[in-house]
Amino acid sequence: MRKLTFKMGGIHPADKKISSNSKIEILPLPEKVYVSMAQHLGAPATPVVAVGDTVKVGDVIAEPSGFVSAYVHSPVSGVVKAIAPRADIAGNLVPHIEIEVSGDEWREDIDLSTTLITDIPENPADIINKVKLAGVVGLGGATFPTHIKLSPPPGKKAECIILNGAECEPYLTSDNRIMIERSSEIIIGAALLSHAMGDCPVVIAIEENKNEAIMTMSSKLSSLQHTTSVCGKLSIKVLQKKYPQGGEKQLIDAVMGRQVPSGKIPIDVGAVVQNVGTALAVYEAVQKNRPLITNVMTVTGDCQLVQHNYQFRIGTPLSFIAEQAGGVPASAAKIISGGPMMGKAISNMEATTVKGTSSLLYLTEEQTKRRPGSACIRCGRCAGACPMGLEPYLLFKLAKVSDMEALESNAVQDCIECGCCLYSCPASVPLLDMIRPAKADVLRIIKTRK
Amino acid sequence: MLVSPSPHIHTDVTTRRLMRDVIIALVPATLVALLFYGWAEFFVLLVSIGSCVLLEWLITRFMFRKPSTIGDLSAVVTGLLLALNLPSSTPLWVVAIGAVVAIGVAKMSFGGLGQNVFNPAIVARVFLLISFPVYMTSWPLPDISSAWNFCVDAVTGPTLLGQLKEGGLTEGISLSGALFQGGSAGEISDLALIAGFIYLLVRRVIKPWITLSIWATVLLFALVAWLIAPDAYPQPLISLCTGGIMLGSIFMATDYVTSPMSNKGGIIFGIGIGLITMVIRYWGAYPEGVSFAILIMNAFVPLINKMCKSKKFGRA
Repeated sequence: MRKLTFKMGGIHPADKKISSNSKIEILPLPEKVYVSMAQHLGAPATPVVAVGDTVKVGDVIAEPSGFVSAYVHSPVSGVVKAIAPRADIAGNLVPHIEIEVSGDEWREDIDLSTTLITDIPENPADIINKVKLAGVVGLGGATFPTHIKLSPPPGKKAECIILNGAECEPYLTSDNRIMIERSSEIIIGAALLSHAMGDCPVVIAIEENKNEAIMTMSSKLSSLQHTTSVCGKLSIKVLQKKYPQGGEKQLIDAVMGRQVPSGKIPIDVGAVVQNVGTALAVYEAVQKNRPLITNVMTVTGDCQLVQHNYQFRIGTPLSFIAEQAGGVPASAAKIISGGPMMGKAISNMEATTVKGTSSLLYLTEEQTKRRPGSACIRCGRCAGACPMGLEPYLLFKLAKVSDMEALESNAVQDCIECGCCLYSCPASVPLLDMIRPAKADVLRIIKTRK
Repeated sequence: MLVSPSPHIHTDVTTRRLMRDVIIALVPATLVALLFYGWAEFFVLLVSIGSCVLLEWLITRFMFRKPSTIGDLSAVVTGLLLALNLPSSTPLWVVAIGAVVAIGVAKMSFGGLGQNVFNPAIVARVFLLISFPVYMTSWPLPDISSAWNFCVDAVTGPTLLGQLKEGGLTEGISLSGALFQGGSAGEISDLALIAGFIYLLVRRVIKPWITLSIWATVLLFALVAWLIAPDAYPQPLISLCTGGIMLGSIFMATDYVTSPMSNKGGIIFGIGIGLITMVIRYWGAYPEGVSFAILIMNAFVPLINKMCKSKKFGRA
């Protein structure tokens, strides 16, 4: 089979999937959870519980506060202790609901059995509604509310759903593990997504370095092919190992050969991209009535003694997770939530997990140290690496002098902040550091024109 | 704990490593030069590299008042290339003047590495060629027997291109003669230079397009001229293998700083160098024109970069 990939730019960092063989473990419950109200893209949710309320696992504790927003459910059973601002991983204050854990009592209508339910609801609207009520958001990084993605604006039609199993960031293995351990559920989840969008074909795209996941998903797909007609719409495609293969625009280019025009979104070229983790959450929501209160994350790093993939309850403090995994390694100099290319450095280990948390990654000083920037030698490596075909060296220069017009005409707003430019710069010029705020400024200027 | 924006990992390809690779790629040509020109070449190399590095250190420390940049090895590359672009018989004080022009005038007065418009080693070579034409056009013949003997003066003779210019030798040049020639110290062996080219490609230090487009242009130009007047012009392959084409196309025209960013731009740049070189060789006053061609095309790089905008994702 020909392996697919995107055409422009890209880099090949060592993939470091050292935790890929660690089975998913269920993380114990902490004493307290702190559930953020801003776990999704869009308006923060509004709390609907009061201090002193008793909640069960799966009870709604916050409601969406706008069109782009999502429900939040209690990940534990216990008593609401406080509703107050609390620092997230970057130190920004965000409203959190603090719940003291007692026991583990689930809402009665949640199906906790492991029986695979293959019957798919007839009415697509039922699927979308259940996804919405379960607070499902995209788990590939952007945490965009899934029910909105499943309801394209009038006149736009999905021609292909791409299930993103690329996991192109080095180190991360949680998607790999769920594709191995929860493959049937992911496939039914994909069938649900397909049916919700008018029985649209689904391509499950997996990078070549996840052989076990490719084999398991393929064999489960063929054995499930007969259970429901929708499964006939599903297929698996193997991608080359290249970063940022899992970027939405890159993935659509790789799988469908279509480029999302600048300033447009995937549905404009008939594409909808959903993460494999999202498909699993959709399965749980629709077939099991289980809202999005757990996710799988990787605890890894070359300095981490034992590699882990954990299923965690949302709201669990990161410090608790680090402790369960044996403590923060002594030689760790940077802790990252997410992958080493696009993840965020954690300044506050008392912050808690959110729906989109994918990892705790420990890097040593040697691995993550930035060399002091020196003069640009105009080698062109940044332009060669940019998957959007931009000229980062030029954008950097323009950003330094705040030439907004030239920044816009050189398409700084198309930057996806993948980090390929800064990664590949031999002079360690802080390209993305300068381009990122310039992009934000230009986007603001564009917005004011409308 | 460290906190900084993403990405959190970086390539291990640094400026220093790239420059080191260029130096390694020049080792075969340098060894051949030493073998055939002996002590004379050894001292040219020593003075050229030594003065380039020392000057850059002095200028960064005492004029720029900044940390020295000699650690990036770019001054070593400039010194090495300058030495290989000179006849081995160049007086050492002339070599030192060349280093001053290369580092002081062509590189540091523009602001240092990455800022210069013209290739420093070529600026120095052309400066010396115009200022000291006698020293710069007396070419010792490569002679392994007398190379390491202090008592014997090297015998000089014209280069193949010089003889061609004078009108002799259209019959007599064989390809093997062209592959192994007298001239600037680095130009003796094309095979040694091509070995360096392959190393640079394998290590992904440079892309092949600039070099190949120069070769293709020179070959095509020479072919047309030769087909029209086989008596007046040498065979195409001879044109490609003589003079500074190899050294220039592999090591000088591919200098990151003074060549275009994109592949397409590189091809335009290479075609320009090939054309100008051949025009100077066939109809100009000098027997060889690679240096002039590269300098002239260096001046066009900003324009070429502007012309050859990259194709952007999702934009017509």
